Amino acid sequence: MLIAVTGIALIFFVLAHMMGNLQVFAGRESLNAYAAKLKSLGPVLWGARFGLLCVFGLHVYLTIKLTRSNHQARGSVVADSPLAGFLGERYSNQYRYKTATTSSRFMILSGLLILLFVIYHLAHFTFHQIGDPPNITADGVTDVYEMVVQSFRNPLISVSYICFQIVLGLHVYHGASSAFQTLGLKTGSSRKPLSFLGLALALLLTCGNSSIPFAVWMGLI
Amino acid sequence: MTDYNIHVWRQAATDKPGYMERHRVTEISDDMSFLEMLDVLNESLQVAGKEPIAFDHDCREGICGACSLVINGQAHGPETTTTCQLHMRSIQGTDIYIEPWRAAAFPVLKDCVVDRRSFDRIIQAGGFVSVNTGNAPDANANAIVKEDAETAFDSAACIGCGACVAACKNASAMLFVSAKVSHLAHLPQGNSERKERVTSMIETMDEEGFGSCTNYGECEAACPKSISTENIGVLNREFVRAKVGSTT
Ligand code: FES
Repeated sequence: MLIAVTGIALIFFVLAHMMGNLQVFAGRESLNAYAAKLKSLGPVLWGARFGLLCVFGLHVYLTIKLTRSNHQARGSVVADSPLAGFLGERYSNQYRYKTATTSSRFMILSGLLILLFVIYHLAHFTFHQIGDPPNITADGVTDVYEMVVQSFRNPLISVSYICFQIVLGLHVYHGASSAFQTLGLKTGSSRKPLSFLGLALALLLTCGNSSIPFAVWMGLI
Repeated sequence: MTDYNIHVWRQAATDKPGYMERHRVTEISDDMSFLEMLDVLNESLQVAGKEPIAFDHDCREGICGACSLVINGQAHGPETTTTCQLHMRSIQGTDIYIEPWRAAAFPVLKDCVVDRRSFDRIIQAGGFVSVNTGNAPDANANAIVKEDAETAFDSAACIGCGACVAACKNASAMLFVSAKVSHLAHLPQGNSERKERVTSMIETMDEEGFGSCTNYGECEAACPKSISTENIGVLNREFVRAKVGSTT
């Protein structure tokens, strides 16, 4: 249940993060001002970052634990092999999935990919350990706009970014509707709309965030 | 009439290692049930002085939940029915892989027979209503809305066979538990014990070593009685209610 709650909190964060980023379309000043504003929050910003880190860490920790215990519950053909439970198949004939969606089957994998990407993303855009550090404009503002546009001109960065957004979308698609189910919200007439909401959230995130590198490619920004 | 290659799981006892064994059965009619085909095979094994294959069955009419078997990687085989109600004509190809339900909470007793008493212990933990004995109450003393009666009945259709656990990648028993909880949650008789019921059934389920639900939906697809995962939603809601502690 905590996984569901932390997951939903993280969805809120990525949504807010995306809305902030989309200000890139409003032009240089707007995005830079938004970034500067965030930075000027000082302790509040660090508080939020810390909170986010806790939520994120908890989500990762709990899901890894869950995956392990679920693998153990499966029971294994070769019970005393050290790999038992990690070698997926417990039936000799490949198990045939009847309904499980791809996104539901690879949650832990997509989740771990997201973890890796987040580390990379922070190193890149927040701590400037990767790529050139951003310029400071004449009036002393960090030129976030330039940094984003320049980075996405690099096809390696933009393509990996878009791939990541697809992975994120898949994760959120199953994650969101699954979280509603876990919280007991998906009963009776709320079933269909909530499943749809999961899909809609995923599409919104993937398309919204990917629109930035696409716009850079097309020379719109 | 078809001949089949049967690949079946043999295991002498829980603590003995198991293996797949190959047999050939000949002249099997399409109209035979799957278990009749196994009867034919067992008969030939016995004639040859070999140990017959152990498998669970009882009513053979799809109502008791005794029969099991993962057939070609699918719990109860390819149709939405129990193994005993499966006909040979539904089987594609001539190679058949037969394995027991596999879950840590369902240890193999012998060959394809598994120990499903963990399910009984979950029911003992709360899958009942307490009534004072006495005269049987009048049939219509408790008026129940038609829709509620229908929903409760749909959930009550669970025969406790364990196919949901066998099909679930996490070997989770959520569908089974949810069917019972939601059955009783829809009826006034289940009302007074609903909090304790959901809490202790879920506790027992975890203790027995079943996995947790991650909403694959495979259980619903494997269920011979078409129990819907909507029940799991109801179970979760009941659980949240019991934890958050509202009185309704
Ligand atoms: S033997 Fe009773 S349900 Fe199959």
